[in-house]
Amino acid sequence: MSETKFTSDHEWARKENGTAVVGITDYAQEQLGELVFVELPAVGAAVTQGGEAAVVESVKAAGEVKSPLSGTVTEVNTALVDDPGTVNRDAAGAGWIYKMQPSAPQEFDSLLDADAYNALVESAG
Amino acid sequence: MVTETPLAGLHRELGAKFVDFAGVSLPVHFADGILREHLHVRRAAGLFDVSHMGQIAVRGGAVAAALESLSPADFAGLAAGRQRYALFTNDGGGIEDDFMAANAGDYFYLVVNAARKEHDLARMRERIGGDCDIQCLAGRALLALQGPQSAAALAQLAESPAESPQRLTFLGAGEFTLGDVRCFVSRSGYCGEDGFEISLPAADAEQFARRLLGDARVRPAGLGARDSLRVEAGLCLYGSDMDAATNPVEAGLGFAVAKARRPGGARSGGFPGAAVIFDALARGAGRARVGLLPAGRAPVRAGAELVDAAGATVGVATSGTFGASVGGPVAMGYVRAGLQAPGTALGAVVRGKTLPVTVAALPFTAHRHHRTTTT
Repeated sequence: MSETKFTSDHEWARKENGTAVVGITDYAQEQLGELVFVELPAVGAAVTQGGEAAVVESVKAAGEVKSPLSGTVTEVNTALVDDPGTVNRDAAGAGWIYKMQPSAPQEFDSLLDADAYNALVESAG
Repeated sequence: MVTETPLAGLHRELGAKFVDFAGVSLPVHFADGILREHLHVRRAAGLFDVSHMGQIAVRGGAVAAALESLSPADFAGLAAGRQRYALFTNDGGGIEDDFMAANAGDYFYLVVNAARKEHDLARMRERIGGDCDIQCLAGRALLALQGPQSAAALAQLAESPAESPQRLTFLGAGEFTLGDVRCFVSRSGYCGEDGFEISLPAADAEQFARRLLGDARVRPAGLGARDSLRVEAGLCLYGSDMDAATNPVEAGLGFAVAKARRPGGARSGGFPGAAVIFDALARGAGRARVGLLPAGRAPVRAGAELVDAAGATVGVATSGTFGASVGGPVAMGYVRAGLQAPGTALGAVVRGKTLPVTVAALPFTAHRHHRTTTT
């Protein structure tokens, strides 16, 4: 599997055949609780690094998904519309939120690696 | 300062995720999560720790009259062993707090909101402290066992059927010995289900809760499920759906203004804001609390602006969540008078987008209280 990188806002991005797959981390889904709604971006939408790209809502709260990378959305995980709980069950896999064509591939290098992200989560308690 | 309840240790053991509520650290949910806890309450029985709420004993020869000087409820007509929902009102006709009051025989037992406990106590002491002994029952815990299996589960702890809270009907109350603990129990709750609220010494609370949780029908439930259950049940939360500037009539709480306290009643008026409230009863209010059913899956939450087809503001959502039993988002809010008919199409502004919502009759899920005497 190719390398997965993380943001300090608890999103992940994984390179896949020239595109990038984006989701929220297991820690993020754990903090939010069971998701009841996912608002997906539109295919073709432009997203910028750190800008809001999607919304995930649990029973108790709404959370923004900030795009880890800049670029164009190429595919969205429509299965989440009917079953947002997929994100809770498999945040790093089947619970992916969108795929994108990065416009600034060097941004990937600025993201946290797994060790750095895990350290961040550990320090958050 | 954040305090803990007597059950904090047990909550941690049960995998609770905590949230600070009115200065008290309380479980927002346990290992099951809010959706499963919610559904379990509707299907079987959930145990909530509501020890943060204010428990108050009011004693004295003129207790009923004293309480009636603060509230439009009929306390003089409240028989021993009965409980009712009541409001403290202010001079502007607004709601200072909502509470449950039981006639415990030689005293009135009140349960008030956690965030209003100190305020209520100070106000009661100032206004009726000369006539009554007002005691904050700080050494007691309060558990709410809610759901259709509650009665059967609680009966397991009773020594005999005659000594079982199972004999209570909805809004009945009294003392019971349950598993060697002397408890004050009312058949009430805030989920729209049959259930009980059990007041007991804090020192006995953990062992008591463990015994209830030892029953396979009973699972722990947190504040998250309590909120989604009460929204589905169409019940107001103080500070969200009503406050000191809310008239009981616009809040749909006119029933809490007793017949005996209304114009022409045996003890008409005599509570703060009576003239304002009577005016609202006679002429109607300028806005009304309604249920709101979002058309899509996106929750409409407290604070969302409500608009008409032309985009003009016509109200605001005051509570909103995902109703696990409804299987979709549910909300409540206030709309301008004339727009409260169920079926009225409105919009709710969520993250800058106007989402379609329909005014809906409350409750979203039918109440299933135990109103008959058969068990």
